[in-house]
Amino acid sequence: MIKFNKYRSSKSLPPVSTASLPDIVFILLFFFMTVTVMKNQNLLVENTLPTATETEKLDKKDRVIEIYVGKPTNDSNTNLGDEPRIQMDNKFITVDEVGDYALQALSSMPEHLKSVATVSIKADVGVKMGIIEDLKSELRVVNLLKINYTTYEGAAEDNL
Amino acid sequence: MKNHRNPQEVNAGSMADIAFLLLIFFLVTTSIENDAGLNRIMPPDDNNAIVDIKERNLFEIRINDADLIMAEGDIIDPKNLREKVIAFIDNGGLTLEAEGYCNYCKGNRFADSSENPDKAIISLKAQRNSSYPVYVTVQNEVIAAYNELRDRESLRLFNTPYKTIYSDYYNEEINEDKKKVLKERLEIIRALYPQKILEPETVNN
Repeated sequence: MIKFNKYRSSKSLPPVSTASLPDIVFILLFFFMTVTVMKNQNLLVENTLPTATETEKLDKKDRVIEIYVGKPTNDSNTNLGDEPRIQMDNKFITVDEVGDYALQALSSMPEHLKSVATVSIKADVGVKMGIIEDLKSELRVVNLLKINYTTYEGAAEDNL
Repeated sequence: MKNHRNPQEVNAGSMADIAFLLLIFFLVTTSIENDAGLNRIMPPDDNNAIVDIKERNLFEIRINDADLIMAEGDIIDPKNLREKVIAFIDNGGLTLEAEGYCNYCKGNRFADSSENPDKAIISLKAQRNSSYPVYVTVQNEVIAAYNELRDRESLRLFNTPYKTIYSDYYNEEINEDKKKVLKERLEIIRALYPQKILEPETVNN
């Protein structure tokens, strides 16, 4: 006679093997290790960038000066209000100080990179042009003329 | 009987936990980088240089407080902006005999639009209350217009798109001799369609 309930007859089910689980997690881990970079700044402002299609890569980090513009985030400080602010070097600075801080960042660069230094403006989508214009005129005063409006990759119509 | 016994299985359950801990550590300490954007070069900070620009060679784009985009006096849809900018740059409005006639232009050759791509200037003006994303969109469209024209000429002259030449030039795996050729090509194309984008001071209101 054929035994149909072969498994039921044995005392218990064999345990499900979880040996491949570490492999899967390691694959995820390696993925994150390769596509991300260590955070070197703590964002104090909201920073959702606009999108653009005609972008150029800023892959050489050693010649980039980053400036963040946006509303202060809630957790950074509660009494800063809603006005967009400028963040450089992990702290809020005023428009007048931008030149000084940019020059400071420039002076820490090696000599041969100073002429190709690029300022990356990372401004939030909620920012108005006024503060950007002020920022740009400050940068012109200190003769940092190469700027990059850092954006996400995507259709430009999404901004409207 | 002793030899046929299965070897004891090592319990790997905790390995997953370790891997998860590592994964979570990387999730919190790293960020996915966004390091691409629109490159622009600002003019130096001296306003002594006054250049005489003919009205026909100037394409005015304005963004108002309500984020409406105005080009050449009309409010336009940003979708049509690229087309208009291309038509303006590529117009080549001089007559065949005149000096500076643009023989590679494929535009409509209107007498009231730009003389040749070298003279064509885009002026972009935003108000203090215009939003930044709209400004980026306009910049993007203007750069896209130039890139499209450069692509066309690059395909015609060298049979490769401008983008490929550009990215190859900055590719470190390409050897020096090849880079020289690429540089020459880049310069030729850039001379055909030089990017001239003007940004007058924003008016306070």
